[in-house]
Amino acid sequence: MIEINIQKKLQTAHGAMNLNAAFELQEGKITTIYGSSGAGKTTILTILAGLLTPETGTIKVNNEIWLDTFNKKKLPIQKRSIGFVFQNYALFPNMTVIDNLRYALRKGEEDAFVRELITIMELEQLQNRKPETLSGGQKQRVALARALVRRPKLLLLDEPLSALDPQMRSKLQDLILEVHHSFQLTTVLVSHDLAEVFKMSNWVMELENGKITRQGKPETVFAEHEATDHVQLVGKLLSNARKGKNNHLEILIGKNVVKIVTSQQEHSLISAGDEVVVVFQALQPVVRKLVNLKERN
Amino acid sequence: MIDFEPLILTFRLALITTIILLIISFPIAYWLAYSRFKAKAIVETIVSMPLVLPPSVLGFYLLVAFSPSSWLGQFLETNFDLRLVFSFTGLIVASVIYSLPFMVHPIQAGFASLEPELKYASYSLGKSRLTTLLRVLLPNMKSSLLTGIVLTFAHTIGEFGVVLMIGGNIPGETKVASMAIYDQVEMMHYDQANIYAFILFAITFVILLVVYLINQRYFISKAI
Repeated sequence: MIEINIQKKLQTAHGAMNLNAAFELQEGKITTIYGSSGAGKTTILTILAGLLTPETGTIKVNNEIWLDTFNKKKLPIQKRSIGFVFQNYALFPNMTVIDNLRYALRKGEEDAFVRELITIMELEQLQNRKPETLSGGQKQRVALARALVRRPKLLLLDEPLSALDPQMRSKLQDLILEVHHSFQLTTVLVSHDLAEVFKMSNWVMELENGKITRQGKPETVFAEHEATDHVQLVGKLLSNARKGKNNHLEILIGKNVVKIVTSQQEHSLISAGDEVVVVFQALQPVVRKLVNLKERN
Repeated sequence: MIDFEPLILTFRLALITTIILLIISFPIAYWLAYSRFKAKAIVETIVSMPLVLPPSVLGFYLLVAFSPSSWLGQFLETNFDLRLVFSFTGLIVASVIYSLPFMVHPIQAGFASLEPELKYASYSLGKSRLTTLLRVLLPNMKSSLLTGIVLTFAHTIGEFGVVLMIGGNIPGETKVASMAIYDQVEMMHYDQANIYAFILFAITFVILLVVYLINQRYFISKAI
């Protein structure tokens, strides 16, 4: 269990703001901090990492105290067991891919785990290349691998996928989920993408102007009610046209445009560009395994 | 036959000055690049002063400060047996002050051009500030380092006013090449002056050319 309670004054583009957040992170889960830009999401992450010190606050990780401003205690970032993945990747330009990973090793440590990570992240072909020759997705895989070399307890991801195209994004989301589970990490993800929040998180906190306004499971926070027998898909509304008594909605879900006709009055209130959740009330869903899918492709 | 001593003295002075400045400029540039201290502007101003001050002004104040009748000059002489006026050691001290901005500015710009996340990433991987500086920051600002080294070296070679004020014209001690040229011209030995002048001209041209070629190749290889 990681307990956080922090207060900090911030200067933002919209003037001064008080960041005031108290929350717990459950071990082994992915918690997402969701909110518009300037809400203080990244600040929370940098305080967790120890790059920034709040005016007042405490951070307790199990029984270890990382921060206690009341007793003037602060564990430096080097001693916190964290992996940090930055939005701009922050790979060291003077080192090759494998040297970026090896740099994270402790003195005299064998590089067996580095090789394992290279394999998991599918970086074998790229290991001797310099970062400047890599694509965004490749760079992000290297950054993720490098953050894992020290086997951190806490993995901090600062909008790691925001600069990637949807396909690469989806692939890396799967990869993050995979390493999160196989290395039993506690992960904090900063995101402003609702679809990503739904796909990735066990728990979501919505941050507005430095305060946590809502938190819970994504489906509870962002949908009206928790549903177990419903299929929920998150998408973006492309168009909403009223024809007679019905609304004709076009919604982008993943890479597919889904057309839905509905007669519910409240659908007039949502407009193009809104992020929406589509709930299919399937009473008897039929799920079939797709065999030979790979061969067919 | 031309006397090579002033030339040798010039390059010795430039080399020693460059090495000393390389060492002391790092902490200053690092601090200037990353500190949020409010009085930073004052330090920045002091560092940059030699860029705009006439060398004779700087030389004059150094002469006053280092002269055996001043408290500093007296202190140095009684405690360290060190006389900084009209001596090679004095020239080194003066050159270090005079060329300070030429080393600090490029290194400071080099630090500032690095994304702060590089530093943070290194810290998050458990590395100390020193390891981060040596293995991440410095290797990624090679061209700034090279610029600083070369500008300092070349600038020290071209020093005249400060040397005139504080060093004088003692053969083998403070008579550097620029002084020798002045001497020869005064004695109407234009041929001798021309030899010194041409050697300085050619050497500084070659040094600067090499730097620009290296930096150009560095940036081209980066762009591909």
